[in-house]
Amino acid sequence: MKWLFALLVIALAAPAAAQDSLPPAPYAYRQLDDPRLEAKAQALMETLRCLTCQSQSIADSDASMAGDMRSEIRTRIAAGESPGHIRRWLIGRYGDYISYEPRVTRVTWPLFAIPAALLLLGLLIVRRRLGERA
Amino acid sequence: MKGVRWSLWVLAAFAALLGLFALQLSRPKNDTVESAMIGQPMPQFALPPAIEQRPGLSSADLADGTPHLVNVFASWCVPCAAEAPQLAELERRGAPIVAVAVRDRPEDLAAFFNRYGNPFSRIGADNVRTVQLLIGSSGVPETFVVDGKGVIRHQHIGEIRPEDVPDLLARLRDAKR
Repeated sequence: MKWLFALLVIALAAPAAAQDSLPPAPYAYRQLDDPRLEAKAQALMETLRCLTCQSQSIADSDASMAGDMRSEIRTRIAAGESPGHIRRWLIGRYGDYISYEPRVTRVTWPLFAIPAALLLLGLLIVRRRLGERA
Repeated sequence: MKGVRWSLWVLAAFAALLGLFALQLSRPKNDTVESAMIGQPMPQFALPPAIEQRPGLSSADLADGTPHLVNVFASWCVPCAAEAPQLAELERRGAPIVAVAVRDRPEDLAAFFNRYGNPFSRIGADNVRTVQLLIGSSGVPETFVVDGKGVIRHQHIGEIRPEDVPDLLARLRDAKR
């Protein structure tokens, strides 16, 4: 009985989580009417990082900040802005961190160069081995 | 002989990789997202007043010749309450402070100011985080130092602790030059 009461108290307790009480932004949970534009917005949102839950995309997150970002992006797409332009706009504000789409930069080039170099090395080794046997 | 040399190379590469892991794992995790707008002029915006007693906030208000602290906060944010005494101290020591209220209701803000005091001369209502996105702010509370020409000079992420007060005052002084 005691633990049942405890469970009830836990179930009824208001969470003290910091969360605002305003309704979500207009396009946070509403898709664009044009399915083609919505698909464009969705594809972009899936490759943008949520700033509150940093391992989720803003398409996946229920954080209110992600909702506001979705609304901003859908509004911009509806106004004819290109996804690439919106991504650059966001990177201009938050840096590369906001984007899940890797770019080749001064810091990231080894990520692209190393696999290519290893593949080349492997090919060279295979060629030498085959040459030895023949 | 050749085989031995090869395995030495592989061993060295493996050791180097382990060294890299050890280095990266020993660094503390940093998941704050800094604004890329530091050094840039404040983007244009105009926010309506968040409460009746104070005017709203626009980018023009920030380019009036005097440096400002721009506090991005919300009444529903717990660390924002924790930094209230430090904001009061900054105001007492002459820092002009304006605010961006993120997703807040006038009655909640009134209750917050009743409890913690109101150090802000202007408070703009940022109901869908338009300004937060414009200035590269990723949460509440954050405090930006904006110079008299309206250029963003510094971003303080998280609540202002007592030891941060002298630093923010110094940055305001620097922003005058």
